[in-house]
Amino acid sequence: MDVNEKIKIIEEQAEKAVNEAESSKSLLELKTRFLGKAGEISSLMKNMRDVPPEERPSLGKILNALRQRVEERFDMLESKLKELELKKKYSEEKIDVTAPGLAKPDGAYHPNTLIRNELISIFSGMGFEIFEGPEIENDYYNFTALNTPKDHPARDMQDTFYLAEDLLLRTQTSAGQIRVMENKKPPIKILSPGKVYRSDDDATHSPMFSQMEGLVVDKGITLCDLKGMLDEFAKKIFGENVKTRLRPSYFPFTEPSVEVDVSCFECGGKGCRLCKGTGWIEVLGAGMVNRRVLEGCNIDPDEYTGFAFGMGIERIAMLKYGINNMKLLFEGDTRFLKQFKD
Amino acid sequence: MKAPLSWLKDYVDIDVTAEELQNKLFGCGFEVEELINIGKDISGVVVGEVTECEPVEGTHLSVCKADCGDKGIFQICCGADNVKKGIKVPCALVGATVYATGKDHTTLEGVMTIKKGKLRGIQSDGMLCSGAELGVNGDMFDGGDYCGLLILPSDSENGADVKPLLGLDDYIFDIGVTANRPDCQSILGIAREVAAVLGKNIRLPDFSYKAVKGNYENIKITNTAPELCQRYIGHYVKDVKIAPSPLWLRKKLALCGLRSINNIVDITNFVLLEMGQPMHAFDLRTLDGREIVVRRAENGEKITTLDGNEFELNRENLVICDKDKPVALAGVMGGLDSEIKNGTDEVLFEAAKFARDNVRKTARALGQHSDSSALFEKGVNEYTTENALKRALNLIDALNCGTVTDLHIDVTTEYSNLEEKNMTVNVGKINSLLGIEVPAKKMQSILESLNFKVSSNGGELNLTVPRYREDIDDYPDIAEEIIRLYGYEHIKGTFLPYASITNGGFNDEQKAENKLKNLLAGKGLYEISTYSFYSPKDLDMLRFPEDSEERKAIKILNPISEDLSIMRTTLAPSMVNVIVRNLRRGNMDGSLFEIAKIYVPKELPIKNFPEEKQHICIGTWGLLHNFYSIKGVTENIASSLNTKFGYERSEKPFLHPGKTAKIICDGEEIGYLGALAPTVSNELALDRPVFIAELDYEKLKKHTKPFRYSPLPKFTEFTRDIALSCDAQTACADIEKEIYSACKYVTNVKLFDVYVGAQLGAGKKSMAFKLTFTPKDEPIDSRIDDFVKKILNNLKRNMNIELR
Repeated sequence: MDVNEKIKIIEEQAEKAVNEAESSKSLLELKTRFLGKAGEISSLMKNMRDVPPEERPSLGKILNALRQRVEERFDMLESKLKELELKKKYSEEKIDVTAPGLAKPDGAYHPNTLIRNELISIFSGMGFEIFEGPEIENDYYNFTALNTPKDHPARDMQDTFYLAEDLLLRTQTSAGQIRVMENKKPPIKILSPGKVYRSDDDATHSPMFSQMEGLVVDKGITLCDLKGMLDEFAKKIFGENVKTRLRPSYFPFTEPSVEVDVSCFECGGKGCRLCKGTGWIEVLGAGMVNRRVLEGCNIDPDEYTGFAFGMGIERIAMLKYGINNMKLLFEGDTRFLKQFKD
Repeated sequence: MKAPLSWLKDYVDIDVTAEELQNKLFGCGFEVEELINIGKDISGVVVGEVTECEPVEGTHLSVCKADCGDKGIFQICCGADNVKKGIKVPCALVGATVYATGKDHTTLEGVMTIKKGKLRGIQSDGMLCSGAELGVNGDMFDGGDYCGLLILPSDSENGADVKPLLGLDDYIFDIGVTANRPDCQSILGIAREVAAVLGKNIRLPDFSYKAVKGNYENIKITNTAPELCQRYIGHYVKDVKIAPSPLWLRKKLALCGLRSINNIVDITNFVLLEMGQPMHAFDLRTLDGREIVVRRAENGEKITTLDGNEFELNRENLVICDKDKPVALAGVMGGLDSEIKNGTDEVLFEAAKFARDNVRKTARALGQHSDSSALFEKGVNEYTTENALKRALNLIDALNCGTVTDLHIDVTTEYSNLEEKNMTVNVGKINSLLGIEVPAKKMQSILESLNFKVSSNGGELNLTVPRYREDIDDYPDIAEEIIRLYGYEHIKGTFLPYASITNGGFNDEQKAENKLKNLLAGKGLYEISTYSFYSPKDLDMLRFPEDSEERKAIKILNPISEDLSIMRTTLAPSMVNVIVRNLRRGNMDGSLFEIAKIYVPKELPIKNFPEEKQHICIGTWGLLHNFYSIKGVTENIASSLNTKFGYERSEKPFLHPGKTAKIICDGEEIGYLGALAPTVSNELALDRPVFIAELDYEKLKKHTKPFRYSPLPKFTEFTRDIALSCDAQTACADIEKEIYSACKYVTNVKLFDVYVGAQLGAGKKSMAFKLTFTPKDEPIDSRIDDFVKKILNNLKRNMNIELR
């Protein structure tokens, strides 16, 4: 057979083999068969001896070109096969990416702690220090010093748990304010958060709940300052567009006393279920510190004035998170607790 | 406080709607908690004149024609026995709403709508109504109690709405009155506020009466307890004729929910509502010695009040007595014997002021509350006491039911308040408290509208305070009066323009607590908050012995119930209860923590402030948890406080004795952890393991060490794993200790595997540790093998532990 014919056959065979090759392994076999030392092209090279010397150079060129062409084909094949095999491997290694991750349990603060910390961060930015007084108080700090003498009808407003004749569970965090004012002279800006107790137990009252009380005493403090500070508070805790409204009320330790409503953050004041159609939600009580209270703490009420405000932390939490039953806050049900991820 | 609009109109010309008045009252500090429209269920009922009335044979029915003026003439079938031609009655037109009544024609069974219909085949286009069907009783309209048709006056206009005619267009304001305004616990008090807020004048009730001089035996009144009875006024009325009250009086009582009894009792109740002064009328025939003595009760003395209840009294109760015996529980309720009866012909009226806290204590102690005690507890004022008595006498005249004598006995005491209070306030000071400029003229007009007498003197206002305003004490009270009527909308927010700068924020302790909470929440625990009190049964549940520290709990003297009756001495019972609740609700695993106070008395019963100590409690439950998982949490706590805890086997009455450890920090016991004892779990029917840890945070705080950077080792650390074969009872902590003491380069020993198997031999276990060697000033690469050898030698020699 003529060399050229052989070359043609080899080329055809190589082409056929490339088209049929299915794996890297068969590629290696093909390489050995066509390009190896004992391969088809090498054996043609060996046949050079039978060719007249003058034809050898051109035949050499032809054969080298053949080898090069076949190598190129095989290289192409190789990269194609590699790609295919990678695809296959990837496909085999495929996992269910929609299956759940191995997360640790979240853990969370109690909603009261969330609100408490949020309030503290709002007011500490305004210069308030935090003071936590004792929960077991005597009559003086809980009532008398707060301008609520023994025969005062305001004592009926809050049914008190007594532990001894002169020891009781504080009914308001205001008790702690007296302790601060006795020991610190103005300017005073304190925030006292803590548990308080009242002899009430129904759907909307709990015998234990938490309050946050704020007190400012300095020269030239006005009712407008109280309003300004509560405006800031309302915006930060309920949203930028929330407004406050003061209306007259009564607390023995403040005069004038006000209830503070915020415009309903649910409906924007149009009236909804949350605000019972009024557009306003009652959030806290406040007022200008009663002169008698200041006098009792040896602070001159003609030199200093002040304001105080107090709110129920549970109430704020219930409003802010839409909790409809106060009992949930004290039950420790994990299905409830897991929802608070602030 | 319930105030009918129609009654308020007796004193003030009210020219706004009930809703507008509600808003105005709200703005000035009187929240209308409920605005009740008493005729809200009735509509479409007009005056109808019966122009034809023919009985339907064989039935109790009559077929009538009702002329309803411009509404038309309707054929209506009527079953009432008093229907007849010519009467005017309420006629409910088709589409009207009225009350449905039961078989007794009195019991209301909801609201019904009148439809066109046929009765016994006869067309009936409406309904002729009884009083009950319109919600009107005999105290509101004569004939309202009759089981047949309500007969309207013959001059009523046919077709006119019956609601104004029957008073069904009235409103009741249920007003929340704050504790500083007892003077507003009356219709007149509310009327004064209404007049002020509407800028109208008030028409006071008529206090005048005609006193007849006469020949009668004197009456003696003695007050031996002035501290409990500041004022006692009595007035003698003779020739009393007990009779029913007139309609106008019965109607006013009915609107406020009171039943009419007889003219004398009704007068005292009317004055109570109108003036806010509880009054009493004694049947003089029953007062032995024609004498009143106000005194403290003797211990053991008894009284039967007019509701038939008998009470045993003591020195803390004030009683009104005759010569011998109590005839009334002062301020609370009269005695049964001195009650006004049908034959009563002479009466002693009492108007008094009793100490509010004493009335409150007596009412509470005896569980005997009345409208009278409620008012005295809030506080009455003597201006009202004086006028109320006059008002009662005026009504005696008006009702013509007795002869008012001139026997008027007014017992004042050193506690009486007879003078008007004068004060001077500075306009500038009021404005600087409010932070706005209210003109002095405006202040004056506001105060005058509240019945202050005001004269202006430069920057000052001289005031005479109305005697009923005992709450007015200093200029801030005046500032409040001014701003509540000037309007709180004038207060514009400012931001402490003159105040000093202060430095705020958490103190170190609060920061530490937050850090701890953050750590625990970060480790997957959820924070809980539970009550500070629980039941002695909760301590029983955890089997605390009677003499244990936990039993030394402070008792609440007036608990809501036994379940919430002692202050807690340990947080564990609360945690266990929360876990039990979770398991019962199907929350099969979880990890919780609480940081809260326990209350440790210095003595029992307590006399001094007890210690309030913060504790940390951790609870985990479920199949994912074990002793070591909760111990991991306490180790995290130690690490976050930059300290180390030691653990020693220990026992707690409610924990598994083999799975309990006390926690020690720097030699001090600071808490415990362990698995809930199977006995306790079984009793609580828990089918999942429960683990509890409790730490004394107060103690723990003291062991917290501040963090300091320590330089990194210059040379590489090495680790070696060793598996040891040891006695099954060997404690990990003992091996750790031995390893540390054998080689000073060992900086960490960590147990990573425990294995028990047959090939180890009986009573043996294998423990595998990872040791970390940290070089100091020079590399230790070449010495590690020697260190390990020494460690193994020591373990063999001292503990008979071998390399596996």
